[in-house]
Amino acid sequence: MSKIVVVTSGKGGVGKTTTAAAIAAGLAREGQRTVVVDFDVGLRNLDLVLGCERRVVYDFVNVIQGDARLHQALIKDKRVDGLAILPASQTRDKDALTDEGVAQILDALREEFDYVICDSPAGIERGAHLASYHADEAIVVANPEVSSVRDSDRVLGLLASRTRRAELNEEPVKEHLLLSRYDPVRVEKGEMLSVDDVQEILAVDLLGVIPESQAVLNASNAGMPVILDEDSDAGQAYADVVTRFLGGERPHRFLAVERKGIFGRMFGG
Amino acid sequence: MAETVSKRVAAPVFELKGRMATLTVVRLLTTDVSAFAGQLAEKIGEAPRLLRGAPMLLDLEALSSADIDLGAITAVMRDLGAVPVAVRGGGVDAERAAEAGLGLLTADNEAPRREEAPACGATARVVESPVRSGQQIYARGSDLVVLGAVSPGAEVLADGHIHVYGALRGRALAGVQGEPRARIFCTALEAELVSVAGRYQVSDRIDEALRGQPAQVRLDGETLYIEPVCSYRTEYSLNG
Ligand SMILES: Nc1ncnc2c1ncn2[C@@H]1O[C@H](COP(=O)(O)OP(=O)(O)OP(=O)(O)O)[C@@H](O)[C@H]1O
Ligand SMILES: [Mg+2]
Repeated sequence: MSKIVVVTSGKGGVGKTTTAAAIAAGLAREGQRTVVVDFDVGLRNLDLVLGCERRVVYDFVNVIQGDARLHQALIKDKRVDGLAILPASQTRDKDALTDEGVAQILDALREEFDYVICDSPAGIERGAHLASYHADEAIVVANPEVSSVRDSDRVLGLLASRTRRAELNEEPVKEHLLLSRYDPVRVEKGEMLSVDDVQEILAVDLLGVIPESQAVLNASNAGMPVILDEDSDAGQAYADVVTRFLGGERPHRFLAVERKGIFGRMFGG
Repeated sequence: MAETVSKRVAAPVFELKGRMATLTVVRLLTTDVSAFAGQLAEKIGEAPRLLRGAPMLLDLEALSSADIDLGAITAVMRDLGAVPVAVRGGGVDAERAAEAGLGLLTADNEAPRREEAPACGATARVVESPVRSGQQIYARGSDLVVLGAVSPGAEVLADGHIHVYGALRGRALAGVQGEPRARIFCTALEAELVSVAGRYQVSDRIDEALRGQPAQVRLDGETLYIEPVCSYRTEYSLNG
């Protein structure tokens, strides 16, 4: 039973692409055949995060317009078996994606993969709508701040009303919340919302909390999904997320301020 | 000097008041002015007391073509005793609206959502999912019961009462067809705006002491009272 999963947020820059890449790599590592599709036409960067930007020949738009076949555009990841990416076009705009084209491509991908992960552009306009429309499940990424949570709330409303499942009156899109860039120190100071605050407002299942982490930037500079950095906090948090997503149980981590020992106090400031 | 002069005459000669009013919506299905004139005359003939002098909103959203003579349409309406006050949809901009002597309403987020749990009998519509930012739910002809929260940026409306069992953080408008006895009840009042029969109060003006508390909103005469739910009409009032 293959599934289409959209990673979406409303607000920009909250960590959708980072999350889509990490979860896709994590699912593939667990033996699930996974493809991650970049819907951010015009601002493609999923290929950078996955380190395959130099292997892009054809893209999503080329396939829609019939200039290339799907198989010519899919790029196989070199590190993780069973992971593929369908890059977005950098030169076109979102209007190049047609409803029928997107539907056809997603149907074809469903045939071959267990998971089709859609990396949505920010916003609630056409591009984001197309990325969400066919979803069976949605991972809504939010940062612990009021504006991001408000936008996520809006997006959750749209998932419940403007998707294919909603229109056909099928079982609703399964919603998950992923709270990213969580900084317990700033939460404790009251500068950021806490996990509880956010859950209270959004009232959806919490898939995981990803800490604010230098490892994310390092990984993306290295063109590697951060989940492959198994020693890092963010990498471990994403690994937990993948386990939970596949039905396993894991306690939430990285929520509390780490009390520094004497060394920390001397050197960490 | 101009400044002192204007100060001396500054005693207010009018007040600006925000009111939510109901308008009769005329949803145009044709651009054919004479066909419209004929049928409108007939309608007004059927219910002259209701329609003559009634403020009307001209809704062009159902039209496939934006090519419509607004001036002619409004002239027909005025001739027949209707009072067109505003227009929406059809790609009409503020300028074209103004030329026809109309205000412009934008249609953003206006369409009420329909896929919620069906009303339970005619007495109340029950919504089991949270009402999220950007959503609008209108219980036409009935009360509205929301089991979850109403988010900031969401709007719930009812012709009757509104009950919210989660936190009320968005806007709630009860008695929107003008029923003054309608009330709003909620378990945690954090609303952006509450209104009964067109009288409204914004969050800024709601007493801090009531924030997050169970509360009710009701209209007495022209005054909107926002008070604890449990009171037996105590003297507790905010702006009365
Ligand atoms: N947990 C994290 N800790 C630190 N930095 C992070 C974290 N997650 C994401 N970032 C950084 O935030 C920036 C935005 O991340 P990303 O591109 O994944 O967001 P996005 O939601 O896809 O953005 P857009 O809306 O533009 O598509 C990147 O520079 C990324 O490295
Ligand atoms: Mg992105």
